[in-house]
Amino acid sequence: MIQLEEIHKSFGDTHVLRGVSLSIERGEVVCIIGPSGSGKSTLLRCVNYLEQPEKGRILIDGQNVYRDVVGGKIKNYPMRQITATRQKVGMVFQQFNLFPHLSALQNVMEAPVQVKRMKRADAEHKARSLLADVGLADKADQYPEELSGGQQQRVAIARALAMEPDVMLFDEATSALDPELVGEVLEIMRQLAVEGMTMVVVTHEMGFARQVADRVIFMDHGMIVEEGPPQAIFETPREERTRDFLRLVQAA
Amino acid sequence: MERPVFDWELARESWPALFEGLKLTVELTFIVIAISLVLGVFVALARLSKHRSLRIVTGAYVDFMRATPLLLQLIYLYFVLPAFGIRLEPFIAAVVGLSLNYSAYLSEVYRSGIQAIPRGQLDAAAALGMSPALSMRRIVLPQAIRIVIPTLGNYFVALFKDTSLASALTLRELLFSGQIIITRTYDYFTIYTMVLFMYFLVGYPSLVFVRYLEKRARSGYRRRRPTRTPVPVQPT
Ligand SMILES: Nc1ncnc2c1ncn2[C@@H]1O[C@H](COP(=O)(O)OP(=O)(O)OP(=O)(O)O)[C@@H](O)[C@H]1O
Ligand SMILES: [Mg+2]
Repeated sequence: MIQLEEIHKSFGDTHVLRGVSLSIERGEVVCIIGPSGSGKSTLLRCVNYLEQPEKGRILIDGQNVYRDVVGGKIKNYPMRQITATRQKVGMVFQQFNLFPHLSALQNVMEAPVQVKRMKRADAEHKARSLLADVGLADKADQYPEELSGGQQQRVAIARALAMEPDVMLFDEATSALDPELVGEVLEIMRQLAVEGMTMVVVTHEMGFARQVADRVIFMDHGMIVEEGPPQAIFETPREERTRDFLRLVQAA
Repeated sequence: MERPVFDWELARESWPALFEGLKLTVELTFIVIAISLVLGVFVALARLSKHRSLRIVTGAYVDFMRATPLLLQLIYLYFVLPAFGIRLEPFIAAVVGLSLNYSAYLSEVYRSGIQAIPRGQLDAAAALGMSPALSMRRIVLPQAIRIVIPTLGNYFVALFKDTSLASALTLRELLFSGQIIITRTYDYFTIYTMVLFMYFLVGYPSLVFVRYLEKRARSGYRRRRPTRTPVPVQPT
């Protein structure tokens, strides 16, 4: 469904992604693990083009979705087409990034109404049902700053789902949460996976990766070092660097 | 030298003319506020535009307005433009001059507010499929404006006072109304004391209101309390 081919991305002099290729099937749950600074977030942000790689192709259902590369020159597609693709790719951020000036309900309704031009009443109905799904039916009128981190992240998930995306990207969705709030967010992600959502999950939660992922990818220094079923990565990693990393996180 | 004496008789008979002046001052203030509140947003957006030429032109405009005296800008509009066949009424010249000047300043205020919005907000909006224009309108500007409301308020108090510069264009706002009376009576003390007092009469409550806005701005986004608290019934 999603293919990244030979992605290169630099920030100034730092070569953050060094030729990453990745393919994700419909319904698959892929977890990306790796040390801090290895380029996990950057890779994820290439999928919805929040980062524009200098080199490489991003294909969805076999089609270039953001740009053409003609004779080595990048030609971005019109903004309309880029935003149309992004509607199909949901994203959940480490810092939630809820809109603070909108209530939980309005956060979830905003894009369906403004982007999809859905009728207000329909959008509200849908938003309330999504908030109920994430266990926040009674928090609809609350503003983000009145909610706990875990509740905010659940609103953020509902907000992304409101656009009915084909795939959901999670960038360390639980890293900013107090430990006792991590579980409630992971539970919702697990539920989504069970329902068959295609998911790309950058995470430090090895337990989640082990249980929920169909495939685990270990990244280091802007490259995919090793990938495979969770069993293989966690029990019998082939690469030295994977073993070192797992030893470090499991010691913590 | 004789001690100046406040002439109550003169004060009483000057009051209507001065009050007319004050009304014009307030009117001028509100018209310029309305124009520059809107124009300032567009200038700020132009300065943040992806089109280089638009950024350069608006940047030059803002710098020019900020680097030259407002009084001179007004004088130029009123006394120099007629040489080019553009004759403006004092009121129009004052509105144009003050609006151009304050729009430049306010655009800087808006710009700082826009730039204060964390990048994560733009990321979230973009990830939902919002276009840059839509996310500016629905996500960034509402938050940015809220941040800068107290600063805007301070500028409006400053503007209220700066309208007195239009006295140089013979506009009968509060200060010039006083000066007209003085050319007749030579009673600087009584008239300027009154004028000062009348500016304070409007300026001080405005200042208190701005302070209230500042306090409110710090309180963050909250669920609206049940909107209308019942008005206590007055004993009759
Ligand atoms: N906008 C940016 N400007 C400059 N450098 C950046 C930017 N974003 C990321 N980087 C750098 O790119 C490298 C990879 O960052 P990235 O956020 O992708 O890593 P990560 O694997 O997600 O790490 P973490 O686990 O800490 O989130 C880091 O060295 C980071 O400092
Ligand atoms: Mg990261």
